[in-house]
Amino acid sequence: MTVKLVLRGKEYEVKPGMTLLDSLKKIDVLPESVIAVRDGEMILEDEILKDGDVVKLVAVISGGAQ
Amino acid sequence: MKCRTCGAKAAVNMRQHKLALCKQHFLDWVPIQTARFIKKYRMFGPEERVLVAVSGGKDSLSLWDILHRLGYQADGLYLGLGIDEGLGYSDESRRLTEQFARQHGLKLHIVDVQATYGYDIPTLSALTHRGQNRPCAVCGVVKRHEMNRIARDLGYDVLATGHNLDDEASVLFGNTLSWQAEFLLRQGPVLPAHDGLARKVKPLCRFYEKEMTAYALLRGIEYIYEECPFSAGSTTIYYKELLNRLENDRPGAKLAFYLKFLEARENGLFRSSLDSSQPMYNCPSCGQPTQYEGKCSFCRMIEKVQPA
Repeated sequence: MTVKLVLRGKEYEVKPGMTLLDSLKKIDVLPESVIAVRDGEMILEDEILKDGDVVKLVAVISGGAQ
Repeated sequence: MKCRTCGAKAAVNMRQHKLALCKQHFLDWVPIQTARFIKKYRMFGPEERVLVAVSGGKDSLSLWDILHRLGYQADGLYLGLGIDEGLGYSDESRRLTEQFARQHGLKLHIVDVQATYGYDIPTLSALTHRGQNRPCAVCGVVKRHEMNRIARDLGYDVLATGHNLDDEASVLFGNTLSWQAEFLLRQGPVLPAHDGLARKVKPLCRFYEKEMTAYALLRGIEYIYEECPFSAGSTTIYYKELLNRLENDRPGAKLAFYLKFLEARENGLFRSSLDSSQPMYNCPSCGQPTQYEGKCSFCRMIEKVQPA
């Protein structure tokens, strides 16, 4: 069983029992550039991810030329 | 992590402020801070009419929402740019903006560039051969011109845009890398009114992009999530990513970069360059200020694409 992280339609799998911060490091995503949502609720970097969790990562960066 | 105010589970952690807040207290905190910035930088008062430039994105819709919650007289302006690229990008952003206005009972002005000038942004860009296959330069000129025009023609005192701190820091970073002193001088939370043009303000300039995303999500604001299809690979996004790497290692670095720049500018760091900068002229066609004598870049561009 695994934890699934989804960013812009792309799925990543990490082991359960890790914090969100460690999971983001594992998949090489900067915590500053995403917001994590699990079951419709925002979760923070210290949250421990459980078996079967599906975490949606909302990208925060926008904007081209000003 | 616990909310500093009530001890409940935190929804947002702002490492640069050493502050974690729950949903409710974060949604209370954002308008309070916005009101503080509006006052600190003397952006506008409650009696002034504000035109908010809304794109359908998280920042501009959140700004409109916050100003409405604070009780300001804030109407919206949506510019239809005609960007499709097989995604219906402009159509969707317009739909979301109209939906927001309708849900909140707010007044929205819509200007469609193609209906007004005969061409959408990608076509204008192709016809004028500007921007090396990317319409961003043309888009910037058109947006600036049209926002100024509508604010002036409809008698608004202030034009507000949803630029957040990451937007400001990335522009600052780019201008610093090339030491663009004149651009550095003009960057700030407020651009004063000039020759009949409304004052320009950026009430969200001290919020991180991540905070504005959190605000939009927690308020349930439906915004266009996808980027403008032409912004992929842009320098601005590249600089934002670089600054986020710095922020990750040194929380508060982005905020300090911007605030210390404002302080240095206030203390006259770029004053000598102001003294030697070129005077501003007024475009004989539209009346808007321009750096060089003669027609402004927008009017020259429109003239070029009009049939003889």
